Amino acid sequence: MTAISKALGTAAFRLTLVYLLIFMIIAGAVIGYMFWRTNNLLTEQVMQTVGAEVKGLREQFSVGGVALLEQTVERRALRPGNNLYLLTNSQGVRLAGNLNRVPPRLVEKPSGGVFEYTRLGYEGAQRRMAVGSVLGVSGGALLIVARDIEDQRNFTSGSRRIFLWSFALLALVGVGGGVMISRHILARIEKVNETAQTIISGDFSGRIPITGADDELDRLSESLNRMLTRIEQLMSGLKEVSDNIAHDLKTPLSRMRNRVEGALREGGGEDDYREVLERTIEESDELIKTFNALLSIARLEAGAVGKSFQSVSLSDILRDVGELYEPLVDDGGMKLQLHVEDGVQILGDRQLLGQAMANLFENALKYGVSGGCPDKKGQSMIADISVKLDVVNSEARISVSDRGPGIPEGDRARALKRFVRLEDSRSQPGSGLGLSLVAAVARLHGGDVVLEDARPGLRVVLSFPIEDKSAHS
Amino acid sequence: MRVLIIEDDHETASFLKKSLKENGHIANIANDGELGLQLARDENFDVLIVDRMLPKLDGLSAISTLRAEGDQTPVLILSALGDVDDRVTGLRAGGDDYLTKPYAYSELLARIEALARRSQPEESETRFVVGDLVLDRLSHKVTRSDETIVLQPREFRLLEYLMKNAGQVVTRTMLLESVWDYHFDPQTNVIDVHISRLRSKIDRNYEVPLLHTVRGAGYVIRDSDL
Repeated sequence: MTAISKALGTAAFRLTLVYLLIFMIIAGAVIGYMFWRTNNLLTEQVMQTVGAEVKGLREQFSVGGVALLEQTVERRALRPGNNLYLLTNSQGVRLAGNLNRVPPRLVEKPSGGVFEYTRLGYEGAQRRMAVGSVLGVSGGALLIVARDIEDQRNFTSGSRRIFLWSFALLALVGVGGGVMISRHILARIEKVNETAQTIISGDFSGRIPITGADDELDRLSESLNRMLTRIEQLMSGLKEVSDNIAHDLKTPLSRMRNRVEGALREGGGEDDYREVLERTIEESDELIKTFNALLSIARLEAGAVGKSFQSVSLSDILRDVGELYEPLVDDGGMKLQLHVEDGVQILGDRQLLGQAMANLFENALKYGVSGGCPDKKGQSMIADISVKLDVVNSEARISVSDRGPGIPEGDRARALKRFVRLEDSRSQPGSGLGLSLVAAVARLHGGDVVLEDARPGLRVVLSFPIEDKSAHS
Repeated sequence: MRVLIIEDDHETASFLKKSLKENGHIANIANDGELGLQLARDENFDVLIVDRMLPKLDGLSAISTLRAEGDQTPVLILSALGDVDDRVTGLRAGGDDYLTKPYAYSELLARIEALARRSQPEESETRFVVGDLVLDRLSHKVTRSDETIVLQPREFRLLEYLMKNAGQVVTRTMLLESVWDYHFDPQTNVIDVHISRLRSKIDRNYEVPLLHTVRGAGYVIRDSDL
């Protein structure tokens, strides 16, 4: 019962009711008009027949006078059917016909109309309805010709009753259908509600079931589910950040604090203090860098930056950054090879892309090794760091390869995550945020990062959708 | 140099004031945006240091108000917000330079000194001279003791920036920003390597070094005789 009363209160049910009401008003008006027109039409038709007969009888009268008229009327009145006649003399006495009296309604309105009558010899029986007209014959005599329309009336009122019942049935079915539809929709909305409740209570894994009907409710559910997935990702990102902060920022902070505390406790000369302070500044600078990187990644992943992308030349950025790092690569005794395709444009942010590429160079510098093996012909050395930009399948692809130890296949997905520093690299300085920043920048630009085996070494492949020039006016 | 520090954190403000005084500059402090705007209107400063988030009137509004009134005093924006977008809005509001908190004092000093210099009409100078080193901005020629020094385009721009700020310390990030137009913090010593290449070209074969490293801050080009 509560389910029904709940369904009665829904918007869907109210809409059904309003629809039904409008439908019934319009249908009622149309059908009512139809009845009225039909009735009029039938009456007019009867009047025409009556008119024709009156004309015929008048001819009889003009040929044979009252006597022939009387004879004809008497004969016709005896025929079974709906025809009604009455011929009276000037005193109003019946001469012939099957009507018992002159209908008063007709006397008032000689042009003709509807009246009630009783058939001669059927006095006391129910009065019936007829349509007819009066004709004045010579010397005050009256001739009334009419047709019974009681059957027509009965038929009309019968069909009116049928229509009314159908209307009642329609209303009943409509209301019932409204309740059913409302309950159906209500049940599905209740599912959405339940999912929302689970999520409010803290379980983010809940999703709205899809019925497979592929209707607007399904589409709404799908959108909501996608939204939930996105929120879940952001939430877990946030959680990860706070976990990371707890671990990777607190550790150096407590190290710093311990050092300062130790210096205070032990005393010592100005030089000792100075040394501790200098190290503290160095370490806090490192912390700041880590913190900045962490914040940037979090904001990049939340999509909070880069709303104002512009058309930028990936070729120029890569060349710039390559030129920036080339001396450093040289100094490390390595060889840099840069293959950049010209005029590769994407929609993006120059600063972020530049930083991502700088991170790739720094990574290659950090983990790559110098003095790579000679190539197969033994003629020249294969570049220690090789950087390439080309367009493959309308995607701009940047690959940066080094000749270092690479990353085992199983660790590659993990290496893109924040603070993940694979065991081999623990000894190297760095925050472990370089590649995850690259990944965040790539994703913000609608691109992707893949780590591959450069045999030997690591190849980082960044792909970006290139700018669709046709979509750009 | 007269500096106005518009910063609501008292400790930061007085640290800056004290440090600037040690470097021979005079600093005034305003603890909120309205007072800062008032002081900037009433008195003449060489540089304004403006925090973005301030009580009463936020830093960016104060700057855009000043700019709308025709005040062209160079402004360094200090902000905890350091994303590319934040930077762009800061500079669009009328800031001349943008520094993200936390920062090293040496970085701030180098930047405001560069800003104060920039406001002097030397931009149009076509020749920079430091000792016997001459850089011609029109012919793109560099000579030292009348001997031509061949520089790569990027090395030329590096030297140009250093000479434009001759006698002033410029930091690594300032060089990365002005010569390469990138605002990130390199984790490695990329800039140092470029400087050492430049140094090998302009200083190696000469008795008096002109390009000096300032420990913990950056680089400065100056004639040692001064």
